[in-house]
Amino acid sequence: MQTEQTLSGKAVATQDVSVSSISLFFFRLKLWMKSPTPYLTLLGLSLFILTWWLTTEVWQLPRFEKLPGPVSVVKEWVSEDPAYGISIYTPEYYEHIWKSILRVLQAFGLATILGVPLGLFMGWKKTFKDYTFPVMEILRPIPMLAWVPLAILMFPEREMAIIYLTFLGSFFATTLNTLLGVESIDEAYFRAARCLGAKSRHIFFKVVVPGALPFIFTGLQISMGFSWFSLVAGEMLAGEFGLGYLIWNSFILVQYPVIVIAMVTLGVIGWSSSALIRFVGTLLMKWQSRGSSL
Amino acid sequence: MTTSTSTICPTGTSEMHLSPQPVGKLSIRNATKIYDPDGVNVLALDNCSMEVEAGEFCVIVGPSGCGKTTLLNAIAGFHDITSGDIFLDDELLCSGTKQAEPGADRIVVFQHGALFPWYTVLENVTFGPLVQGKMSASAAKKEAEEILAQMGLKGISHSYPSEISSGMRRRVEIARAMMNNPKVLLMDEPYRAMDALTKTIMHKNLLDVYDQSRKTIFFITHDLEEAIFLGTRVYVMTTRPGTIKKVIDVDLPRPRDYKILSSDRYLELKQEVIESVHEEAKKAFEAGEREMA
Repeated sequence: MQTEQTLSGKAVATQDVSVSSISLFFFRLKLWMKSPTPYLTLLGLSLFILTWWLTTEVWQLPRFEKLPGPVSVVKEWVSEDPAYGISIYTPEYYEHIWKSILRVLQAFGLATILGVPLGLFMGWKKTFKDYTFPVMEILRPIPMLAWVPLAILMFPEREMAIIYLTFLGSFFATTLNTLLGVESIDEAYFRAARCLGAKSRHIFFKVVVPGALPFIFTGLQISMGFSWFSLVAGEMLAGEFGLGYLIWNSFILVQYPVIVIAMVTLGVIGWSSSALIRFVGTLLMKWQSRGSSL
Repeated sequence: MTTSTSTICPTGTSEMHLSPQPVGKLSIRNATKIYDPDGVNVLALDNCSMEVEAGEFCVIVGPSGCGKTTLLNAIAGFHDITSGDIFLDDELLCSGTKQAEPGADRIVVFQHGALFPWYTVLENVTFGPLVQGKMSASAAKKEAEEILAQMGLKGISHSYPSEISSGMRRRVEIARAMMNNPKVLLMDEPYRAMDALTKTIMHKNLLDVYDQSRKTIFFITHDLEEAIFLGTRVYVMTTRPGTIKKVIDVDLPRPRDYKILSSDRYLELKQEVIESVHEEAKKAFEAGEREMA
């Protein structure tokens, strides 16, 4: 319930804003439909596809002539009997998707379970940060591809090597953003908590963790992107299944439309996974979304 | 404002101010603080001494950077002092060799506010007793609702700080402090960033809280009118290194309201404080010019 201050000092309920989240959703949807945003979005997408179509299939410009055009890609994608064996009707397509998602989930989950506590602890205890930060700073800028030989040496089983690479990709982003999150917490909150009699463990769970949450979720979004990025690199080098493997294998087998199908699939899944994290973040941080949206 | 006649104090101790021994006496003796961040000693407080009586509304005024906040932070336990002693109710709080531990007997209301944005108003107000393990969750909730209601903050207990106005936030912060029944309320320019109209509401509200609880309040401000309107005594600090230059007894009757702002006595006192502070402000300004050059 929202209240407004009157001069008499009494808090008076002015309007009942306990509207259901569904009607709020529809209200926002209506506003959005009235704004130019959805139409411009559609127009942008159409222009992109039109350019793609014109350059590859209509004019067949040099350098574009070999690329699969939108018509051939879509035809293959929705075909019940695809020429190259991959379409929305073939179980193989979903097998590739599922395998990739499973790998990302394992790697991203591990990176989150290890990275968030590590980052929280680094931000909370200065001495611990002094030990760990230099190592992190040196390891972080090393591109994932540079890790490939070591990953293969460490994990002769290909599956583990791929997950390891994917894990590395997201681990640093998660840890560093969490650390940044703790460091961004205003000193006044720590002081206030101590004034109110909080012990160390209270400060950790009631100030450090919730205070760092916005940065943690930004970090998780970035790290989700990184993990897809490293996953595809790993799958291209050593894989028997997965979207990255599908892209590389289709290239070798000259099945060009499949490359684009896998690429677009990666784009959509990557975008949805980030959106999912944003959604979980909003649920966990009502204190942020509620203040700004109402 | 609040028609309730009961005091703003947790249950069981609500008659605190009627007890024969009022608490919250602060004795600051020769407090000196030297900052040494870059190998250059900066003397922030120089043999600063003052006696704040139990239940006094003590207001400290002085030019920027004169060490007001340094003194408050030492009492709160956020940092140490280089030499001197500070006593709370004749018990040594901190000295040159001992830093005070922050605790619920001295609660700070911060300049920019420090309600936890991730907790609702209710969760903020009950934070103290719950982490100290002094109350059960249900008792704390009941108590908090009562205090909020007394302060005219009914109906917002499930809102987040970002959903209420800055004036309300500041009052919730005072409610959060009063929940702990502190000996001293330390307020570091709490109304600095507020517009004049909001300030008048805040003043009235704070005076109500003070009149009902008679807590010792240690209040820092730049605003001289605020100082006289609120304070029992106004302590004028010198420019850095800070020490108490003048103590002005504000003999205006309580409970106070805005009518006294036009009274002759108020204007006299205001003149006295202005003259005293103006000299220091000039010195601080000239010192600032020298540092620039």
